[in-house]
Amino acid sequence: MLQTNGVEFRRVSYRLPRGGLILDGVSLAVGSGETLALVGASGAGKTTVLKLINRLLLPEAGDILVQGIDTREWDPIRLRRSVGYVIQEVGLFPHLNVADNIAVVPRLEAWPDDRVAARVRELLDLIGLAPDTYAARWPDELSGGERQRVGVARALAADPPVLLMDEPFGALDPITRRQLQEEFRRIQARLAKCVILVTHDMTEAMVLGDRVGVMEAGRLIWHGTPQEAAASQDVRVRALVGPATPVPPRVDHPVESA
Amino acid sequence: MTAVVRFWLTHQSELATLIAEHVLLVVISTTIAAAIGLPLAIFATRHPRLASPLVAITSVVQTIPSLAMFGFLLPVPLIGGVGARAALTVLVFYGLLPIVRSTILGITGIDASIRTAGVAMGMTPGQLLRRVELPLALPAIVAGIRLAAVVGVGSATIAAAIGAGGLGQYIYRGLSMVDTTVILAGAVPAALLALVVDGSLLWLERHLSRRRRTKSRRTALVAAAAAVAVAVLGSAALAMRSEAAIVVGSKNFAEQLILGEIVAQTIERQTGLTVKRQLNLGGTLLCDRALTAGEIDVYVEYTGTALTAIFGRPAIEDPKAVLGQVRELYADSGRTLLAPLGYDNTFAILVRGADARAKNLHTIDDAARVTPEWRAGFGYEFMERPDGYPGLAKIYGLRFRSPPQVMDLTLSYRALASGQVDLIAGDATAGLINGLDLFQLEDNRRYFPAYEAVPVARAATLLRYPQVRAALEGLAGRISAADMREMNLAADVRHENPADIARRFLDRTP
Repeated sequence: MLQTNGVEFRRVSYRLPRGGLILDGVSLAVGSGETLALVGASGAGKTTVLKLINRLLLPEAGDILVQGIDTREWDPIRLRRSVGYVIQEVGLFPHLNVADNIAVVPRLEAWPDDRVAARVRELLDLIGLAPDTYAARWPDELSGGERQRVGVARALAADPPVLLMDEPFGALDPITRRQLQEEFRRIQARLAKCVILVTHDMTEAMVLGDRVGVMEAGRLIWHGTPQEAAASQDVRVRALVGPATPVPPRVDHPVESA
Repeated sequence: MTAVVRFWLTHQSELATLIAEHVLLVVISTTIAAAIGLPLAIFATRHPRLASPLVAITSVVQTIPSLAMFGFLLPVPLIGGVGARAALTVLVFYGLLPIVRSTILGITGIDASIRTAGVAMGMTPGQLLRRVELPLALPAIVAGIRLAAVVGVGSATIAAAIGAGGLGQYIYRGLSMVDTTVILAGAVPAALLALVVDGSLLWLERHLSRRRRTKSRRTALVAAAAAVAVAVLGSAALAMRSEAAIVVGSKNFAEQLILGEIVAQTIERQTGLTVKRQLNLGGTLLCDRALTAGEIDVYVEYTGTALTAIFGRPAIEDPKAVLGQVRELYADSGRTLLAPLGYDNTFAILVRGADARAKNLHTIDDAARVTPEWRAGFGYEFMERPDGYPGLAKIYGLRFRSPPQVMDLTLSYRALASGQVDLIAGDATAGLINGLDLFQLEDNRRYFPAYEAVPVARAATLLRYPQVRAALEGLAGRISAADMREMNLAADVRHENPADIARRFLDRTP
């Protein structure tokens, strides 16, 4: 399962500076071209997993390998520039327009201007925002969905091998959300990144993930493909999947199997 | 108001100079405060535990009255003393708080998700600061600078007390002449200046927060850069101005301003040396400390004042003995008392002319009979000095209806004339004695020591420029009490410029 281009957790634990255990012996591996969707209630430790990957946090125990190198050995700045990060609040810089927001990392990497400009157009096309209309807009002139798309484009700007997404579509209305999920699948099919996505919505996890991980109280308690999730008899998984998802025919009554 | 306008029209070039000095003081001090305050505030945001003590310290500095701050700074080398440099130091101190506080608030107020995004994108702390934090905090920073500048315009008026120039000079001159026209001539432009500074920086602040118009943002930054350039050129100009060879000081009332001009013009006429005027310094002790510190080279002191107030010796009756002892005391501390100018500016116990005539009062003893029915008003200095009120009351057995009212010396003449008090202690050479029909009671028990006006200079200066000594000795005995009273009248009542009065006097008696 080890893939040098991806991300691997080996029995990783993380504790707050003073107190609670947030992650407890988590192991997982995600290769390039693969999307792992982590689901769980808030406080389950999903966001902590992401912050450990780009070294916003360091683990208490266990190893985290990004592209085969332990995050403790990575130069944090280099590591972060090769890991795209999309957060729910988006965090677009309000003093920069759309094009400049997308261009932040390429400029930090000192790309020549024409290459930056070409990359910005390419990404605006990729996320479905017409460059001529949107490049010069300001973040507060965008709708929630547009802002989220720009956030994704910004994370992808320097073509990082790893992409982290923390509730990327959480704040959007259901229609926009469906639309963006579709587009994400299309983009991922084209770019084949190693993607780790965090959501509290099992449906979204099953739509977007090649694999789904269920987290509870700092542990990865279940792990499998969306099909396996849909078929699972594990109560904790069933509770998340809910009645809306078609359940393959079974002999037992699922509710009473608890 | 027409009187104020007329005053401006007749003092156009002086007004322009004072406004320029005022603007420079504010621009330079605010620029320095920003240059110190910004790094300080950024440091504080990196070490949050230091932020609140830092803000607390700058707040405490803010509460020190500016006059007290000037006092503290007098003996301090480099940043203290008198003149523009010390004024800048005080203004910088006052400007720090608003700049530090609003910069800290501007940076810490940035949405956490924006900062997280920056860090997660692989920005170094420096890149985060330059590309994200400072641009977003810029409107708040400019707001702090605006507050500092507006406060600076106000505080700079007080800087005139230590001879830093600026519009405060008119305010002080007006106060010492008890002339509201002159006070307004300084106060109105200072207020307008505050409004202009406030308005233009508010404009800058608004344009910086309207981020979508990059053009106006650029204009705003260019304007700011231009202001800084003015500050740099201004400081160069101020620095050049202090190249003068001889610095003449004076206290802050009309007679002293005129004497300062007489001394300055005499040196200019007879030696050709460049003279810098550091007139209008706060008071006796300020002048003395400025002379000791080498901030000024010469000023005119009164022998009795030097003996009792500066050297803390008991008063002596014999004027010759006073002069001799003061000369020795000065010589011991590297200063030289030159030849007396001629008149004796002793304290004058004054009553209204009408009262003197009606009650047939000639001496202080005469007045002691009626004072239990009277109120007295004395200056701060007179209440405190060893040769002031306590001794006077003892020798003459003076009693008043209520404890003497403490008031500004220069205001007390008007207070007497308008009947708010019935007896004051003024200067024997005050022009207002004639102007307001006041009567000087004779000091029949010879309580007051002699107050002969004598230039006192730094010995080192006289050694280096012997021609200055020769020039000033030439003034010996040249100014009579009548001359001085007339010159004071010209300044206090006719509002003539001290420089013009001095020039006329020197022309008339070559």
